[in-house]
Formats: sequence, C-alpha cells, structure tokens
Amino acid sequence: MPVTIEIPTAFRRFTDGAPKLDCSAATIAEALDELTSRFPDLGRHVRDDQGQIRQFLNVYLNEEDIRFLGGESCSLKEGDRLLLVPSIAGGSEL
Amino acid sequence: MCSNASYELRCRECGKIWGNVSRSFCEDCFSPLEVAYDYASLKKIVSREKLVGRAFNMWRYSELLPLPEDFGVPNAVGGTPLVASHKLACKWGLKNLYFKNDAVCFPSLSFKDRVVATALAAARRFNFTTVGCSSTGNLANAVAAQAAQQGFDACVFIPADLEPAKVLNTAVYGARIVRINGNYDRVNRLCAQVADRFQWGLVNVNLRPYYSEGSKTHGYEIAEQLGWTLPDNIVVPMAGGSLITKIAKAFRELVTLGWVEPKPVKFFGAQATGCSPISDAVKRNLARFEPQKPNTIARSLAIGNPADGPFAVNQIRDSGGWAEDVSDPEIVAAIKLLAETEGIFTETAGGVTTGVTQKLIAQGRIQPQETTVVSITGNGLKTTDAIVSEFPATEAIAPRLEAFEAYLDARLGTTAASAKA
Repeated sequence: MPVTIEIPTAFRRFTDGAPKLDCSAATIAEALDELTSRFPDLGRHVRDDQGQIRQFLNVYLNEEDIRFLGGESCSLKEGDRLLLVPSIAGGSEL
Repeated sequence: MCSNASYELRCRECGKIWGNVSRSFCEDCFSPLEVAYDYASLKKIVSREKLVGRAFNMWRYSELLPLPEDFGVPNAVGGTPLVASHKLACKWGLKNLYFKNDAVCFPSLSFKDRVVATALAAARRFNFTTVGCSSTGNLANAVAAQAAQQGFDACVFIPADLEPAKVLNTAVYGARIVRINGNYDRVNRLCAQVADRFQWGLVNVNLRPYYSEGSKTHGYEIAEQLGWTLPDNIVVPMAGGSLITKIAKAFRELVTLGWVEPKPVKFFGAQATGCSPISDAVKRNLARFEPQKPNTIARSLAIGNPADGPFAVNQIRDSGGWAEDVSDPEIVAAIKLLAETEGIFTETAGGVTTGVTQKLIAQGRIQPQETTVVSITGNGLKTTDAIVSEFPATEAIAPRLEAFEAYLDARLGTTAASAKA
C-alpha cells in the first residue's frame, strides 16, 4: 500500500468516518478514482460535471499543491501522502 | 448600538441554509458559505437618516453586519479618511480622484481591523476563547491587537520570512506567533487543518464568512463620503481576492436598500507582478486562475492560491473593469509618489494599487472626468524595509551656520548667499 489519502473531517460523512485511505495507485488521478469508487457518495464532491477536480477543493501531494506538479497525471511513489483540503473562500453574492 | 439578527449562512452554490455556525464551507457540496440578509426587514429597521448622530466608524452600519443581538461596540474601528487628491490628480490628468486611506485604520493601521472586528464578534457568539489566523502580517497585527483588548487568547500563523516590523507589531500585543517554514499558501493549508482539529476561532478560516463581511464597511464609507453616491471606478488591491468582492457587495446592498442610486461601477484589481494569479487570469481570459509561487516585496498580497480568486475574476469581468500588476521597482516608485504628492505613506500593497492606477490611466481604462477611488489598505511604517535602500543615511554636519551654508553649497549647487532670506 504505497500511498495514503488523508480525508478532512468534513468529508468523513461520505467515508463512514474513515480519516484516511491507503491505496496502491500509480498516479494522483488513479488515487482519486480509487477514493471515489470506494466511497461513491464522495465522487461528486471531488470532481465537477466536466470531470475536473472541483474549483474549491485543493489537493496536495506531500507538501505541494498538485497544480505545481503537473496535476493529476503526476506519478506517486511509496509513502506519498495525498491531502484533500476544501478551499476557504468567503465569496460574495447578493 | 443596534444589531441585526436577521442573517444566516447560505451556500452560494447549492443554496442550503446553515443558520449561524463557525464554518466556511457547505458540508453538502463544499462550496463557500456566504452571510445572507433579509433586506426587506433591514429596510424597515434602518435608513440613512438613522445614521445621523452615530460616530463615524464602521459600527454606524451595524445593522448591515452579522452581529449578535447582544453585541456591544468594543472599539472604534474604521471611519478612515477619503482623501480628495489634488497634486496626483493633476499630475495624472484626473478631475475626481480619491484615496480611501485605511493606512490609518484603528487600531492596527490596516483595513484588516475591519474584518477582525466582525470576526471577533462571531468568535464571542460561538464561545471561542482562543482566536487566530493565517496571515501575511496585517491580519496578524489586527487579530493580536483586538484579541488583547477583548480578552481572547491569540495564536497566529505566519510565513517565517515576514517583514520584521509586522512580526513585532503582532508580538507586542502578547499574541503567540507560530512561524511556518513556507509561503502563505502553506500557512493557510496548515490553518485549515488546525481549524479541523482544534476548537479555535480562526478568523479567516472557520469564521471567514463573518470575517469577510467586515470588508463591506470600506465600501459603505466610500459611498457615504462621496455624498451617498457610488464612484465610477474603484481600484482595489488583491491578495486572497475577498476585499474587491465585498466592496461590490456593499455597493449592491446600498442600492438594494435605496441608499444610493444604481450606477455601474468598474472594479479594477491590483496585484504585484511577482504574485498575480488573479490579474493573470483576467488578462489572459482564463476560465480558472493558475496558482503561482509568490516572489514580490508586496508580501501582504503574496497569496499564490487566492481562495476568493474565482469570485474576484468574475466581479472584475462582470463590472467591465480590468486587472493589472506592477513590478517591485514600480511598487517602490508608487509608494514614494503617493507620499510626495498626497502625504500618505502606504505599505507595499498601497504602492501596488497606486502603481496599477497609473497604468490603468495610461491604458485609457480610467477617464479624466470619472470619479475614481483608490483603496489604500495598509501603513508604510510596517514595510520600511522595502524602501529603506532608497533613502541612504546622509552625512551629519557640525552645529554651526557656516557648516550649514557649506552644506547648501554642496547639495544645491548654489551659493549659500542666494538661499538666504
């Protein structure tokens, strides 16, 4: 089990309370797919209708935002940690 | 002081109502939460006339802020000058140029005092005893100062390389300062995890919907100081991108309440070139902004992954405005220009807005007859290290008149006699 996905509290409603998922994915995309196939209710919160990672969800590989690593195609190695963090925006709409 | 109990958090994507809780995102769809008001009710309880006689600070608009019913004003935040520009307006060829000067916002000399004021009202409502934030400096100053006055414990998280003056201006209030090896975006990520783990009121994390509402008072004051009218243009610095959207919300609210006439206002966003994900998205017409690794002297704007970036981009586009950015040398030049012409000493963020305004005028995006407001959000005394090299120490002279005359001869290239009265 080379990779650990850490799941924030707000997401655990959809993971039966699990705080993390160990998986054997080779890329970030595969890891997210494994996460959402294991917990299908989480799927629509991770990706939008176009299949992109949702705009207000940040994904980090170890210490780095994956957008600086080439995105989801980035390869994973044993011991890597993936972290999902909802973006903290105030927004404004009247 | 009056307060407004008719507000609650609403998801801006799915519309779900969450009541009033210490949470920044919808737990159903993970989109941001926004404070929603019952404007029909507000119209009945507050009017422009009711403001007459109230002190000129942000609390004069209390009904339009998310404050608990038992809220008591703890301090006089806001109420900053709207400075009518003469020299710089003349230099730039503008007829109606104003600087909204939050460099003198009470108590910690930046607009962040406004957002902390509403955030701490929420912190008390939710019974937090410890408050904190992730900060590029100004927010930490504001949290530390107001927490000290109001009896909260404060713990602030900052990038380790922050300007020494900003660190000192937090430490002096007795706040715990946690320096993080990494830029603001990494500090912010850690704070999201801290808020997830600890029962703390992190003002720009789990209290963010309440916090950001404080920014609206910057906009209310501008409208009132313009005689209850809206400007044609406003130039706003952008870090996380929240302020520009909240000024827009303030203006829309004033129109909804009938306090100002409807008017199109162009919103112009200002960033440093060394950290310009929002202006980059506007200029390249990107569907999503691309995060950046900040590298600029404007550290208070150095947020490479701006949480409110998508909203800021939309606000700018929808208003017919634009975004621009300026280099570090341009920021320094603009700080000096504003000081030399208007007597306002701003920090690097104000240099950014001033420099960008100059660029927008040169591009023809701001017209001479239009009313233009430039937001100055922080004080120059906090970032003296950014400009200190511009002003090398001068040679001392003897305390004798002939020494001074020799000094004038040398410096002015003229004879001391010609300078005499």
